[in-house]
Order: sequence, then C-alpha cells, then structure tokens
Amino acid sequence: MPSPTLTSRRDPDARGYFGEFGGRFVPETLVEPVEQLERAYFAAREDAQFGAELARLLKQYVGRPTPVYETVRLEERAGGARIFLKREDLTHTGAHKINNALGQALLASRMGKRRIVAETGAGQHGVATATACALLGLECHVYMGTDDMERQALNVFRMQLLGAEVRGVDAGSRTLKDAINEAMRDWVTNVGDTYYLLGSVLGPHPYPLMVREFQSIIGREARAQIVELAGRLPDAIVACVGGGSNAMGIFDAFVDDRDVRLVGVEAGGERIVRGRHAARFAGGSTGVLQGTRTFVLQDEDGNIEPTHSISAGLDYAAVGPEHAWLRAIGRAEYAYVTDDEAVEAFQTLARLEGILPALESAHAIAHAMKVAKDLGRSKIVLVNLSGRGDKDVNTVQKCLRS
Amino acid sequence: MPSLIARTFARLKAEHRPGLVTFTTAGDPDLPRSAEILRALERAGADVLEIGVPFSDPLADGPVIQRAAERALAAGSNLRATLALIRDIRRDIASPIVVFSYANPIMRLGVETFAKQASAAGVDGVLALDLPIEEAGVFRETLAGQGLDTIFLLSPTTTDARIRKAAELGTGFLYGISRLGVTGARDSVAAGADALVRRIRAHTSMPIALGFGISRPEHVAEVGAYADAAVVGSALVSVIAEHGRSPRLIEQVEEYVRWLKSYAHA
Repeated sequence: MPSPTLTSRRDPDARGYFGEFGGRFVPETLVEPVEQLERAYFAAREDAQFGAELARLLKQYVGRPTPVYETVRLEERAGGARIFLKREDLTHTGAHKINNALGQALLASRMGKRRIVAETGAGQHGVATATACALLGLECHVYMGTDDMERQALNVFRMQLLGAEVRGVDAGSRTLKDAINEAMRDWVTNVGDTYYLLGSVLGPHPYPLMVREFQSIIGREARAQIVELAGRLPDAIVACVGGGSNAMGIFDAFVDDRDVRLVGVEAGGERIVRGRHAARFAGGSTGVLQGTRTFVLQDEDGNIEPTHSISAGLDYAAVGPEHAWLRAIGRAEYAYVTDDEAVEAFQTLARLEGILPALESAHAIAHAMKVAKDLGRSKIVLVNLSGRGDKDVNTVQKCLRS
Repeated sequence: MPSLIARTFARLKAEHRPGLVTFTTAGDPDLPRSAEILRALERAGADVLEIGVPFSDPLADGPVIQRAAERALAAGSNLRATLALIRDIRRDIASPIVVFSYANPIMRLGVETFAKQASAAGVDGVLALDLPIEEAGVFRETLAGQGLDTIFLLSPTTTDARIRKAAELGTGFLYGISRLGVTGARDSVAAGADALVRRIRAHTSMPIALGFGISRPEHVAEVGAYADAAVVGSALVSVIAEHGRSPRLIEQVEEYVRWLKSYAHA
C-alpha cells in the first residue's frame, strides 16, 4: 500500500525526465549507486511502515503540521489581496529542510548506510542533516563553501554542536555549487558505506522526485488549511527558488488546480548582469550541471558562470529540473527579486508581523506583495515562508550599516 | 577501414606490448605550451593522447586535475580552443587523439556541431565523463556519423549487464577505472584492477585501457600484464604543474614519459 506521507503522482519517466529536463548525468562509478538508491526509494515509498515512521517523526519531532497564518498588517501595506503564510519557519531547526533530511536519513538507515555526506549553502540543509543524523545515530559530514561558512558562521557552529563535521570547500566560487561538487567527490570515493543526502530537487534521478515527495507535505497541509481558513483555494502561491525544494513542496499539491497560479521567485542579486545574480530563468539556458539537465547560468563555452545573491540558499547556478519543466509547459511562472528588495521585505515582515524571515523567504515575501497588489482585493495569495531569519541577522545588519 | 584507435590497439597487440595513454588538459599551463607538450608526448612514445577540455565544475576529478582546469580556463582555454589546438598539432601527431570532456561544453556547442568540428580538427574518439551509456544514445550516433569513436568508462561498480552494453555501444577501446573515487595519482595500482579487467574480458574482446592512480613505470608494467594500455593522468599533470614556470617544462614532460615507458617491456 502506498504510504500516505508520500505521493506518487506525476513521476518523471523511467529515465528520470520531466519533459526534456532531468535525467541522470553522472560519472560511471555513480550509475549503479544511483540506481540502487532509486530501487530503495521506490520500495520505501510503497512501504506503509516507512511512511508511518516518517509521519510520526514529522508530527512529534518536527512539530508538524505547521500553521497557515493570515498577515493582516502586511496585507494593508501591500494594498491588495489577502496574504497567508505557510509557516515552515516554525519547524524544528527552523526551515523546511528538515522534512527532506529526515526522510532521506530514514532511507539511508533502511539501506544500511551509516555514513552521511551532505552539501549546504545557507547552512539550513546542513543543520537539518546534522539534526537527523544525531537523532538516528548516523555519522555526518557536511561540505560547505568557505564564503558561505563566513556569512553563515552561526550555522557552522550549530552543525558542529550537533556532532557533524563541517568541511570547508575552497574551490571555484566557494559557495553551494562547489559544496555539491565536493560532496559528490566524497560519495564517488566512499560509495560502499556512504549515503549522499542531497538537500534540494536537484541532481540525478531520483533526487528531484524524492526530495519533492519528502517536501510535498507542505502543500498537502497548506491546501487543507487554506480551504479551512478562507473557504477556498488561493489564487496564487508564491515561493522562493534556489534549487527549488520548498517551492516544489508547496506547488505539488496544487499542480492539478489549474486556476491556482504557481509563482517561483529567484534571486535577482544586484541586477541581471553576468555574475551578479542567480536568476536562472532570466539569464540562463538549457545545460547539464551536477547530474541533471535543466536551466543553468553558463557562458557561451558551457562553463558555469559565477552567481551572486545576498541569500546563500538562492546563490546557485542551476535550478531543479521539474521547475524548468513546469515553466516550459506554462504551468508555473518565475520572477526575481533583488538583494535590496529582499532586505526591505525582511524588515517589513519583522516590523508589521513580528516575524524575521530567512533572506531566502524574504524574496518570496517581496514578490508576494507585488502579486497581492496586482491581484487586488478579494483574492488570496499563499506564501511559503520556508525558514526563519535568525541566521541572517548579521548579514542584514552589515547590509543596513553600509 | 578500422579507426586509427582500433588500428593502434591492434598494432600494440601484434607487438606484444602494453600501450601508454597520456592525459593532459588543453591549455595547461597555456595553449602554446600545451601544443608543445602534446608534441613532446608523441616524441616520448605515448600511444594514445587524451586531451581534456577544461570545465568549471569537474566533479569527477581530484585536486590535481581541478587545478589544471583552473589554470587552463584562466589561460583562455575552452572547448573551441581545444579543437583549434588539436587542428594545429594534428599534422605533427601520428597517435590517436581522444577528447575528454564533461557533457555541458559539448551540449552547449551542440552535439552535431561538435562532432563535425572535432572530426575536421582530427579527433579520433570522444569520452564524455558524465554521459553514461543511458544518456549517450544520440551522442554516440552523431559521433559515429562523423567517423568518431565513443569511448565509455567502466568502474568497479559497473554491473555485468552494463559492461555488455558498453562493449556493444562503445567503439575504439573501453576505459576501465581501477578504483572508486576521483582522479589522482597513487603509490600503487588498485587491488581490484586486474579483477575488473578480467570481468570486462569475459564479455568482450575490445581493447581495455586502465587508469586512475597510475604514476610509475612499474605501474605501467603491472597494468600492462592484463590490460591493453595504462592511462597516466594526474601524475603527468603534476609534472606540468610543478614545472609550469620553468623553461625546462617540455623537457621534463618528455623525460617523465620516457621514464614511464622504460619499464613498459619489463
């Protein structure tokens, strides 16, 4: 019997493609391990016991369901539609990342792999992975770009307190992309006993599918909650998109509701010029990076371009392949928000609602205010508030002082 | 007529000696010296020249080849420059030339365009590191249409079923990875290397080159006892890194490869 915690709708094809996006572009050594992972995941998601254990942890340990909350004062400021927040910031560890980290850590245990490697950008996935590993008694190594270690120093120490080893990556742009390269190099070297716990809807099949399914609880809860609170489905859903796991998590339950607009928000950085942003759909093209075919920021010779965002979690050159597909078929739309707009939204939400959002989620807030204004009164916007902003207080302070 | 790669392996077999395959990154330390290095490799007796296309995100490579890619990119190298380099040196090189690349630069150029330009430049075969058999269908057909060999990697984790598939779809030779992990020189040949070659031989008569971790003449001799050729990559790239600023760079490279060959008959 399929587990009610997971869904099996809209699987990619047998080779892991969503339309022309996705697939499995890995070095030969990883082909068999990735196929093993696919078999193990497909077995686990059909196993009611696995689903029940995950559901129990999500309820008792993570604190699910997270609430949906209406932002009355923010609505006034935006001057249009009602704005509801799905409060993923209230989960244990403070971001949606824990949903996926627990799911995959349970899967790793089930596969008999005791050594976990992960990458992290903002540090939220690293913290979530370190937490899940502490809970399940697994060995944890987190790769993190040295630039990100500096701007998310608090999260580095949190991971260490949780018993993880944080390994600095001093290659390339020293951010998320380079941390993924290094985590994959570790996996390819230690493939026998090691599980790669990838944090977003990226990488070779089955990761984009699996991570989306572990995050899809966000949308299933939110759909029931908004219907209960507002009496109907929202007109638009807004979520920030780095790799895109929080967005896929909330979009998933609404993909078949054709009247609900799905809006992803990328990082516009300083502005849309080479190296100063991370808006793949604004400045990218189709390419292959880190195991998947998707939209990528690249130069004319196929080398990956440097990226920039004030938010480490959105500072990445590729996007989840399912997002590229949803955009290609016209089901989802993608906009971008600049660093300055995100910092302003961060302050607005703090002052009007008493909530410090993660800088990633502040991108969604900034754009949701625009969407709410455009839609007008009597409409409803649902925002995935994917994480809390404690980790970003230093960054915002620096930014406001300069 | 069989390809230059196939003829080269047939000749090695007839001469009862293992081949030496060299790997260098195009444009390391810069494009003009890269051309000189390739000529030196030919003079020193390399049997197949693998030329790596520098890529910004070489996730299958260890630190030595990562640094080489960084140096090459900084010197202005890329896929187009690599093909231009090969076109320039082709008349001086009798050995087969194999382009080693990650998938993205080739896809960015377009597989069809790449195949035509590679063929025109004098490339003999192509190996795309992150394009496993399952993703390589169109790629392989397009290369074959231009008379280019498609070389597949086989690793200790490759199943027998996939070895058969690689032998069926691959041309030229098969490239065995002697150990798990990224590229990099080691002190000894991996323990399971001969077992991997035996496992491949059980399914095919295609020539097998074995790489990953080979750095000394005795490694070449050891590998040559069961494989058709040994590939030296990171160790050679280290010589280039060490002498990159020296006027004796080309000599050093040539000397190193002659040294590797010195035990090849042992």
